[in-house]
Amino acid sequence: MSELRFEDVSVRYGRHTAVDAVSLTVPPGTVVGLVGESGSGKSTLARATVGLVEPTSGTITLGGAPLPRRGRRPLQMVFQDPYSSLDPRMSIGSSIAEAMPRDETTATRQGRREEVRRLLELVHLGSTSPDARPGKLSGGQRQRVALARALAGRPDVIIADEITSALDVSIQGAVLNLVRELQQELGLSMLFISHNLAVVRYVASRVAVMRAGRIVEEGTTATVLGQPEHPYTRELLDAVPGRNPR
Amino acid sequence: MSAPTSRARAWRGVLTTPLGATAAVLLALVLAVAVLGPVLWTQSADAVDTGNILGAPSGEHWAGTDNLGRDIVARVLVAGRLSILLAFAAIGIAIGVGLLLGSAPFLLGNGRAARLVSAGVNVAVAFPGLLLALFFAVVFGVGATGAVLAIGLAGAPTFARLTQTLVAGLAGREYVAAARVAGVGRLRILVRHVLPNLREPLVVNATIGAGSSLLAFAGLSFLGLGVQSPSYDWGRLLYDGVGSLYVNPAAALAPGLAVLVAGLAFNLFGEAVAKGLGVTELTGPRVRRPATKAAPEPDEQRDHSEGRPSADVVLEVRDLKVSFAGRDGQLRPVRGVSFSVHRGEALGVVGESGSGKSLTALAVTRLLGDDATVEAERLRLLGQDLLAEATPAQRRLLGTSLAMVFQDPMSSFNPTRRIGRQLAEVGTEHQGMTRAEAMARAVDRLDAVRVSDAADRVRQYPHEFSGGMRQRAMIGMGLMGSPSLIVADEPTTALDVTVQQQVLDLLSAIRDADDLALVLISHDVTVVGEVCDRVLVMYAGRIVEDLATADLATAAQHPYTRALVAAVPDMATDVSEPLATIPGRPVGPADTPAGCAYADRCPLADVRCRSEEPPLERTAAGGRVACWHPGGEPDVVLAGPDLRRVER
Ligand SMILES: Nc1ncnc2c1ncn2[C@@H]1O[C@H](COP(=O)(O)OP(=O)(O)OP(=O)(O)O)[C@@H](O)[C@H]1O
Ligand code: SF4
Ligand SMILES: [Mg+2]
Repeated sequence: MSELRFEDVSVRYGRHTAVDAVSLTVPPGTVVGLVGESGSGKSTLARATVGLVEPTSGTITLGGAPLPRRGRRPLQMVFQDPYSSLDPRMSIGSSIAEAMPRDETTATRQGRREEVRRLLELVHLGSTSPDARPGKLSGGQRQRVALARALAGRPDVIIADEITSALDVSIQGAVLNLVRELQQELGLSMLFISHNLAVVRYVASRVAVMRAGRIVEEGTTATVLGQPEHPYTRELLDAVPGRNPR
Repeated sequence: MSAPTSRARAWRGVLTTPLGATAAVLLALVLAVAVLGPVLWTQSADAVDTGNILGAPSGEHWAGTDNLGRDIVARVLVAGRLSILLAFAAIGIAIGVGLLLGSAPFLLGNGRAARLVSAGVNVAVAFPGLLLALFFAVVFGVGATGAVLAIGLAGAPTFARLTQTLVAGLAGREYVAAARVAGVGRLRILVRHVLPNLREPLVVNATIGAGSSLLAFAGLSFLGLGVQSPSYDWGRLLYDGVGSLYVNPAAALAPGLAVLVAGLAFNLFGEAVAKGLGVTELTGPRVRRPATKAAPEPDEQRDHSEGRPSADVVLEVRDLKVSFAGRDGQLRPVRGVSFSVHRGEALGVVGESGSGKSLTALAVTRLLGDDATVEAERLRLLGQDLLAEATPAQRRLLGTSLAMVFQDPMSSFNPTRRIGRQLAEVGTEHQGMTRAEAMARAVDRLDAVRVSDAADRVRQYPHEFSGGMRQRAMIGMGLMGSPSLIVADEPTTALDVTVQQQVLDLLSAIRDADDLALVLISHDVTVVGEVCDRVLVMYAGRIVEDLATADLATAAQHPYTRALVAAVPDMATDVSEPLATIPGRPVGPADTPAGCAYADRCPLADVRCRSEEPPLERTAAGGRVACWHPGGEPDVVLAGPDLRRVER
């Protein structure tokens, strides 16, 4: 496990600066929550991390070394919408196997099958057939398949972008429980992006608050959400539904 | 619903339409001639009869004979195979090259080389196909090979562009992004995730393309640039026939007719397939015409909500049912819903996805499509019966006293028209305002929903508004009239927290100011709890609990309500404990059980629960609940959620 570090990272689309000189660290074995309103640059930062967009300037390092530009990255990402992030024509087993690095365990068909089983077991889908198509699964089950696929890449860090916001509340809890469990059991590091403060508070030990492309506040969850320094953080906290019931 | 079966259904559907069936029969005939023609008629096609050169049509030779006295009809039938094979070869080349060029930008990673390729393709597409073919024919030399290459390459740009467009669309899908993040190579992604999705559009276009290349071939051979004798295809026969046009016109007409029929067969079949596969995407209630059935005359029952005078009742719904004709019989996603909303009241509706919240709202606002059947004992807005045939007066009532706000404000506005116009339309259509009056009202209403610089903003298009602003404009549109009821279906789900709060505040403010009734649908209990006085909890098309929002956290009676509340983390949730979850999945309209629909997931379920459906009954607290064991053992419901139970 190694540390994910953003130093002065900026991403510009034309003249618009989506991410503005962000410096942030995800220490090994911790879940760092990234909160902020939509359009604040959270998803762009995530996409830059996994190489879906190029940072305009700044560096992203993992364990001190820059991220490899080609080939398999030591980072994996889980997307918001479990209905569009799995190929509907592919069995969940092949989707998971596709993300595995090639080595002794996964060299043979048998090895890959066993690894798929192990991963499905890990996300509590042990009784689901690897041959099932995503169409047959519920949203929560799909999101767990997406997590299994991310784990298949044996990443050092997982980027989770709004992974519960497309889910019904009844299954959102199960996915959050799983995230915590995986973090505790596997010592996983994670950048957990969400606009829902209550959700972030539940899974993350550190929180960074992003606004208009900049990180305006960062610290332990208890401090940031308990004694917010920045007025914007306070504004976010005031906006949490259920804080001011009628 | 899995993809393959629905696709198979769609293909079967193609063959059962009149157009599809005709095209299929025609195509089968043409292909049969291509396969059998040379076997059956080569002998008579090659039989030279010097005594009957350029003979006119007769009983023996239906279309006469050629300059060696050979039978024209036999030659046309034999030429079918070569003509069609050449067309196939050409279309094969077109597809192959097209696929290669079309997917090149994706493989090249959208860099400069990629841009060059796509620019080249765009130029080539704009070039007239036949001209390209002529050019290539000169380059590759006169003959069948040259012609195949020419027509194939001339067709390639069209396929390249088609591929490019489709690939670009698919490349934006998240599962493609996910595969890239997983380190899968671009070629592999193309082969595994992208190309399989191109199958249908390619098949359709190849079929239509085969027809066109058949024509193009006939054209080239006709110009003497295609097949050379002694081989012959339809174009060559046409060429020879035209030479003797004044002696025997049938010699030219017969191959011409063959080209026409074969070309038509391919084209029609392609069109039929395109139509058949396209049609299946058009489902769901879109048509804004209500379909209601007359219900029995309502009896004079007392309104059962809080015993208020019924003059205050804005909306009254009793025993509302919505059903659809499904493939295996009738589906009823809404199974008897009764509630009423009073002036100044905010009513929340919560429940999991598929519980029938939206359908209930759409039935009440009469926005359901023709495929839905709406039945109710009573459905009244401001005392007006909504079940009766829609009169102009009733349409006006619906247009002005009821406003509906949807989840996605982008899809509720027409993207090509200015916001102001769309708002003003409500005024001119339903309230008989002049255009100027309506526009002034639109500005005023946008102002009321706190869109800044409303006077300028009315001239903007929907995409120039942010998500939150669009949603406010949508509410403003509802306020163009003087509505008595606003129905908002997940109005804040697509918005982020800060904007969500503003929209919720706005809805509350409007309700307080104008004494409106508000129905707010959401899957988030906390959102509803913030705005509403009363909540209806829906499960599998029924109301399972109706209670004051103040009681949600502490005094909910139904196990489902309590589980919903416990499943959402809030800012006070104990982070050292796992979150409560609801095991299993909601039941759908196709598998609603006999007893309580929640029984399979309920920790309190017993034998009675599984056999008898609990009725919705009044509670001591003034609410309603449908459960045989209301309020029983909350600890069991909330304690120790075991993840493993979720997946079953
Ligand atoms: N046109 C239709 N034909 C057949 N069934 C339909 C149709 N429209 C909706 N349904 C079914 O009716 C049920 C209720 O749908 P509805 O849209 O009301 O759910 P909902 O509670 O609004 O869910 P969500 O929270 O996902 O918006 C679902 O099972 C759905 O599949
Ligand atoms: S009726 Fe029975 S199964 Fe249904 S919710 Fe009540 S206790 Fe549970
Ligand atoms: Mg809905």
